This record gives sequence, structure tokens and C-alpha cells, in this order.
Amino acid sequence: MIMLSDYLLFAAVLFVISMAGIFLNRKNLVLILMCIELMLLAVNTNLVAFSHYLNDVQGQIFVFFILTVAAAEAAIGLAILVLVFRHRRQIRVDDLDELKG
Amino acid sequence: MSFAQLVFYGFAGIAVLAAVMMITVRNPVKAALWLVLTFVSAAGVWLMAQAEFLGLVLILVYVGAVLVLFLFVVMMLDINLAEMKEGFAQYLPIGIIVSLVVFGLIYLVVGPEHFGLDKTGLPPVHGEDYSNTKAIAVPLYTQHAYAFVLAAVLLLVGIVAAIALTLRRRAPSEALYQDIDAQVRVCAEDRLTMVKMAPEVEPDRVEQGEAEEKRS
Amino acid sequence: MTALHTVLTIILLAPLVGSIIAGLFGRQIGRKGAHTVTIAGVAISTLLSAWVFWLFIVEGHAPYNASLYTWMISDGIKFEIGYLVDSLSATMILVVTFVSLMVHIYTIGYMDHDEDYPHDNPYYQRFFSYISLFTFSMLALVLANNFMQLFFGWEAVGLVSYLLIGFYMKRESAIQANLKAFLVNRVGDFGFILGIAVIVMYFGTLDYYEFFAKLDEHKNATIDFGWGEVSVITAATLLLFVGAMGKSAQMPLHVWLPESMEGPTPISALIHAATMVTAGIFMVARFSPAYELSEVALSVVLLVGAITAFMMGLLGIVQNDIKRVVAYSTLSQLGYMTAALGVSAYAAGMFHVVTHAFFKALLFLAAGSVIIAMHHDQDIRNMGGLKKYMPITYWAMLIGSLALIGFPGFSGFFSKDSILMATAASDQFGAGFAHLLLVAGVFVTAFYSFRMFFLVFHAPESEYVRTHQIHESPKVVTVPLILLSIPAVLVGWPMIDGVLSGSYFADAVKVLPQHDVLRAIYDNDYQGAFAMVLHGFMTLPVWLAFAGVALAYYLYIINPSLPGKIQKACMPCYSMLVSGYGFDRFNEMVFVRGSRRLGEFFWKVIDQTIIDGWIVNGSANAVSVAARSWRQIQTGYLYHYAFAMIFGLLVLLLWTLW
Repeated sequence: MIMLSDYLLFAAVLFVISMAGIFLNRKNLVLILMCIELMLLAVNTNLVAFSHYLNDVQGQIFVFFILTVAAAEAAIGLAILVLVFRHRRQIRVDDLDELKG
Repeated sequence: MSFAQLVFYGFAGIAVLAAVMMITVRNPVKAALWLVLTFVSAAGVWLMAQAEFLGLVLILVYVGAVLVLFLFVVMMLDINLAEMKEGFAQYLPIGIIVSLVVFGLIYLVVGPEHFGLDKTGLPPVHGEDYSNTKAIAVPLYTQHAYAFVLAAVLLLVGIVAAIALTLRRRAPSEALYQDIDAQVRVCAEDRLTMVKMAPEVEPDRVEQGEAEEKRS
Repeated sequence: MTALHTVLTIILLAPLVGSIIAGLFGRQIGRKGAHTVTIAGVAISTLLSAWVFWLFIVEGHAPYNASLYTWMISDGIKFEIGYLVDSLSATMILVVTFVSLMVHIYTIGYMDHDEDYPHDNPYYQRFFSYISLFTFSMLALVLANNFMQLFFGWEAVGLVSYLLIGFYMKRESAIQANLKAFLVNRVGDFGFILGIAVIVMYFGTLDYYEFFAKLDEHKNATIDFGWGEVSVITAATLLLFVGAMGKSAQMPLHVWLPESMEGPTPISALIHAATMVTAGIFMVARFSPAYELSEVALSVVLLVGAITAFMMGLLGIVQNDIKRVVAYSTLSQLGYMTAALGVSAYAAGMFHVVTHAFFKALLFLAAGSVIIAMHHDQDIRNMGGLKKYMPITYWAMLIGSLALIGFPGFSGFFSKDSILMATAASDQFGAGFAHLLLVAGVFVTAFYSFRMFFLVFHAPESEYVRTHQIHESPKVVTVPLILLSIPAVLVGWPMIDGVLSGSYFADAVKVLPQHDVLRAIYDNDYQGAFAMVLHGFMTLPVWLAFAGVALAYYLYIINPSLPGKIQKACMPCYSMLVSGYGFDRFNEMVFVRGSRRLGEFFWKVIDQTIIDGWIVNGSANAVSVAARSWRQIQTGYLYHYAFAMIFGLLVLLLWTLW
């Protein structure tokens, strides 16, 4: 049978990959956003798996809300991305250093 | 290995592979497409966990809308591919090491030792008439009605914010926007100016003028 | 008794009303209006004071203690304005108002014109406003029945004194003098308010009678200063006496009084001779029940007084400014009064206050009259032979001087002789030494008084006198002189009996039986005022006074070249006296430079270096230095933050799983 840990480890692998993705594609804003989406997916998988094994539907409701917020976040993130691009004609993260102290 | 396990590992394997591809391909468009594959496979995994509604929502809404939006944006923007992958190899080792360490740590927490079947027991098996959609819907519209409305508002705010951010202000210089009123109301005086001038200009004066221009 | 209450209120407020009208509406009412209204106010006060005096002294009314107005009650302590009238305050208010009235009248002549001010400047009105205000303040001080009002009066007379010393505000020296008076008085007043604070703290009251009533129960209470215990009463009385030293110009807080002569002469007479400077004496007499309980305080008072009396008298010898001679004699006489207090002869001290008020005001006003005649030249070496030009002033000055040196029969004789007898009879610690100083002081007093007198009136006419028209002062000046001469001669006769027997101030002054030297004199030696005068001719002090007069006559009339030779012969003594024993130098070296150094230290080291440099700017610099290095962390690159988060996650996981 599929164990709970299988789901959790699958989620962990997705999470770690997306983390590595942020490391590797640190110059590309779009990919960073995508990796964040992937991280959310990993987290959601955890919730779904727990919901299944604990027979509690609340976990899935959590996922539902997380998806909602993630969608909004993605929309705004992409909007900002478009703005940045329009402003600078590229989306290199290196150039976005206005926060520099 | 049972069939269910086979299907699970199949989806999981595809998802992991697709995720790896997503972070390694050069082209963001391809990366977005790999991400789509990851999500679809993950949706399969969710179906295995009997979260049918969410699995389908993931495919329909998330892949269908959000990721397509990604794709759309990525394709719309003119991204310098070579530049994007700069320093990729430089950070590969540390990325792998950190990832492995984190994974190892997570494994220690959530591995079969703690979340194996002997610890959790078998997941419940639902009857024929069980509806996952209904099971989510009832608490969502009763217990979480308030949060649900808030989520709706949040989405609305997201829409408004996204539009407000990307909406271009009227820029007269950009041809994209036409001021039709102005075009209709235009008349000859606005466009045409009559200048009186001598029929011809003396050549040496022209040279002089050019010389002055060069100096300045 | 409501009639008395109303009368007291009128006595107190009439000068204030005059002062406010003259001060605020001086330009409108003009000179005549200003002096009319203030003199009217003070005259009303004087007449009513005379009635009060009659009521309390002659008819022997019981002490009247009543509150006029309660300002507030805080923590059980009442802050009130009230009156305490008994023989002490009844006598004082009459003296104050009478001398003040004389000075008011005299001022009309003295301040008539002034080169320092343009004609349209209302300095004249302002001066009248000030002296009336002073009268009010002094009356508030004297009539007080509680410490708060006493302190108010104490500070108010100090303020007016400050204003009047600096009245010639365009003279640098006047400004310096009033600043000095103010600062020195601050020292005294600081002690004074500390004394009041001790009383409030331990006795929990500001009211005199409540304070006296509680004296017995706190008799043995002590204050632990860390280095030793001091009796509460000793501490309180000594601190109050510090205030008295400031106000009554006892050594070493006397330095302001000679300088205060920069003010116009009328106020020198009123404030710096007759009334304000005796406030300290009055205060000690007022609190005699407390001083009686502290032998230490009494001895300190006695020694300070005796030393002041002798040493300040010596300084009078070398002064050439007519007002300064009188000023030093004032210092010396104040010393006599203080010494009398120290041997528990409060009545004698107050007696001397009264007689001194009359004869010293007389002397000052006479000196002022001379100054008017000399067109504001105050150097006695430029005078001489004024006798034939100014007969009234001459006689006034003679009467004042005779009273001052204690010529038998004059008022000063009675009061000074009772002081001398009291010190001789006392067995207070230091009384023998004090007696010696005081008797020597009599000789000195006579010498410098008549030195001035002879130089002004009998010496050969100087160049100035010969070349200028010198004439007697107008009536507004001479009438007060005549009026003041009367009490200066006579006031001793009716009072001496009551003073020595203790009946005069019986309801105000409390003397322990074992301290009561005056009573002892009364019982053993006294056989009436006339007998005392006759006996006076056979006592040492009077002969010393005669010797002083004779010496002055010899040195300045018969053999005028000798003083110069003596001066050359003992130059060190002379320069020491001229420099006033170096008190000014000492103050300047120690306190002025010291406080400047201290201020500089606090400014440069504490404020600029430590507070500004290290704490204020230092903390800002520390933040900025730290920030400059720490801001390097803030690269502004998004992925750095992401890395930081991931590493943080890693560390967190490692930490929780360890």
C-alpha cells in the first residue's frame, strides 16, 4: 500500500527541487515565481495526504484556500513582472537592487 | 508492488522528473511547459489520495489558468536566454548539496519511520456514494463561509491589483492609444503652419550656419 | 477682633496700592501724583501702625494671631497669609512705616533731578513705586504669622533691594553691586529656605505658633547626616541664621552691603540701614523659642555677630566715601545686634534695631543731605567746613553720631550698653571673647564716626567747598532729619525699662531662665534709666567712646598730617583694611573662578565630551558605524534574501533535529 510517508517524501522532493531551482535560476524572475508555485504545490500535497490519512476534509479546504491565494499571488507577481520588464526591458534579478543598503 | 503503488510512483516519478527539467532547461517557455507537466502529474498523485475535487481543480484552474498565464507572460516578454542561465553551473554544487541536506533532514522527520503504515494505519475507504466534492463543499459553505467570502474578495483584489499595475497610463507618444475625439476635432490650423521665407538662401550663409552648428 | 484685622490689612496693603498706582500709572499721574499717592499710602500705614503700637505696647493687648487667607492645604500643611501681631511686630511696623515715611518725604528733595535720566523718563515715579513696594514687602515680612509669608517678604525685600541698588542702571558699578547683592543673598536665602524645609519636614507646619508648640516634643530629635547626628533644632536654627547672615550682612556674607551704597541715599537709609538689614535680627528674635533650645546656634550667632561688629568697624576707618563709612558702621552695629541675640538678649538686640533704625536713618539722610549740597560728590576728603553752610544737617549728623557711639542719654547708649552688659553677664560659650570685641568696637565706632564728622564739618574748607555755592538742603530734606532726630535722642528712655525687665517683648520673646541675662542685670544693677545714664559716665565703654572721639579730633583737626604718616607706617594693615580683609578677592578667586571652572568643567567635559560626544553623538555614531558595516548585508538582490531564508530553514531544521 502507499504509505503516508510516500506522499510526504514526494512533496519533500518537489520542495527541494523547487528550492534548488531558486538557487540555480536566481537570475530569472519568471522561474523563481514558477519555483514558488512548485513549492506551494508540495505543501498542498502534504495537506492532501494528511487529509486523506487522517480522514479529515479540513485539510482539503486548506488546500482550496491556498490555491486561491496562490492564484492571486501569481497574478500580482506576474503583473509586477510585466511592470519590471516594461520598465527595464529585461527581468534580470541582479538589476533589482533598490533595496540595497 | 500493487497497481495503486505503480500508478502512484509513476505519477510521482513523472512529476519529479518534470520538476527537475523545469529548473534546468534554458528556455523559460519550456520551463513553464515542464511545470505544467509537474502539476498535472501532481494532480494524479492527489487523485490517488482521494482528493478528486482538488486534483481536478488543480488541473482545470491552476494549470488551465495560472500556468497558462505564466506561459503567456513568458512568451510575451522578450527574455535574453543566455543571460538567464548565467552562473547556473557555479551554483549547481551548492544547490545540490543544500537540497540533499534539506531533503535528508525532511526525510528524518517524515520518513517511513514516523509516517509508515504501522504508524498511521490504512487510510479509510469510502463507500460508493461518497462524494469528495460534497465533503469539501459542506464545511466550506457552512463552517468556512466567512473565509470563503474573504477569499473571493482577495481574488477580486488580486484582479484589481494586477490590472491596476499593468494598465498603461495614456501616453500620447504611443501610437497604441488613439484619441479619437482629438482626431475628429482636428482642423487645418492645428496641423499646418505657413512660414514665410526668402525663396533662396545664400550659399556662404548656409556654410556659416553649418560651421556654427558643428562648433556647438 | 475685626477692626484690628481690617486695620492690619490696610497697614499692609496701603503702600502696595500706592506702589502699584505710582508704578503702573506713573506717566499719567506725573511726579506730583506719584509722590502724593505713595506718601499717602505710607502715611496711612504709619498712623494705623501707631494706633496698633499703642494698642499692643501701651495697652498691652494680647498677641493677635489670625489668618487672612488660606492659599492651600497640602498634606496637612497650611499655606496661609496671616498676621501675628505682638510687641515685636507692633514695634517693627511702627519703625518701618515711620522711617519709610521719612524717607518718602526726603526722597522728594533727593531725587528731584538726576543727570542719569532724560527728563521724560519716569524714574522718579519708579523710585517711589519701589520704595513703597519695599514698605509693603517689609510689612508682609514683619506681620507674617507663618514661614511662607515670612519667606515671601524675605524674598520681596531682597528683590526690591536688588532693584534699588541698581537704580542707576546706567552705571556699571551699580549693576555690579546689585548683582553682587543678589548673588550673596541667594547664598543666605538658600540656607534660609533649607531651614524652613527642615521645619516643615520635622514639625509639619508653617505656622509660627504651631511650630513653637511642637518645639518641646522635638527637643531631642536629631538628623543623621551620615557623618554625625545634629539636633533638628540646631540644624533648623543655624540654617535660618544663614539666611539672617545674608540679609543682615554678617560675615562672611557681608560683602554686598558696602557695595549696595551704589543705590540712591534714601534707600541706603531705609533698606540698607534701618529696616531690611534688620530683618535677620527680627527673624532670630521672632524664633527665640527655638534658638533658646540650641546652645550651639546661640554661640554661633554670638561669635559671628561679635566678629562682624569689630572687624567691620575697623574697615570704617579707612573709607573715604561718606556713605561707605556709614555703611560699615551699619555692618558693625548689625554685628552688635546679632551678638545680643547670641547671648539670649533678644530684647536688647531688638532694642538696638529700633534705636539704630532711627539714628542710622538719620545719619544716612544727613549724609544724603551733604551729598546733595556737594552735588553728588561723596568723597569726605573733598568736604570740610560745612558746618556754617548746613546747620540743620550738622546738628542732625551730630545727634546721629552721638547716638551711634553711645553717648549717655542718647538712644544708642541705652541699647548698646544693654548689649554690652548682657555679653558681660552671659556665660554663653564665647561670651567673654565677644564682650572684648564689642567693647573694642565701641572705640572704633567712635573713632570712625567722628573722623567722618570732623572731616565733613570741621576740617578746613576744601577747594571744592570754597569755589562752589554750598547751601542747606530744602525743607523736604531737613524736616525728615528733624523728625528723625527726635526718636534718635529720646527713644531709649521709655524703652530701656521694659527691655531689661523683659516685660516689653514678653509676649514675643521667650528666654530660658538660665539664659536671661537682661533680667539678671535688671535685678542686680539697674536702678532706672536716669541712674543708668549717670552710671554710664563711669563705665569703660563710654570712656572708650570719648577716647575715640578725642583721637579723631586730634588726628583730623589738630594734627591733620599724622594720619598720612600712620598710613605709610603700616601700609600692610592699611591695604588689608582697604581691601576689606580680602573677602572680595577670596570670593572672586574661590567662588567666581571656582564656579567658572566648575561650569567650564561641566560644559567642556561633562556636557560636550561625555553627554554630547559619547552619549548623544556617540550613540548616533555607534549606530551609524554599525549600520555602515551591517548594511553590506543588504545587497538588495532578491535571491540573497531567498538564500538567507533557505539557510535559515536549514539551520532551524538542524537545530530542532539535533
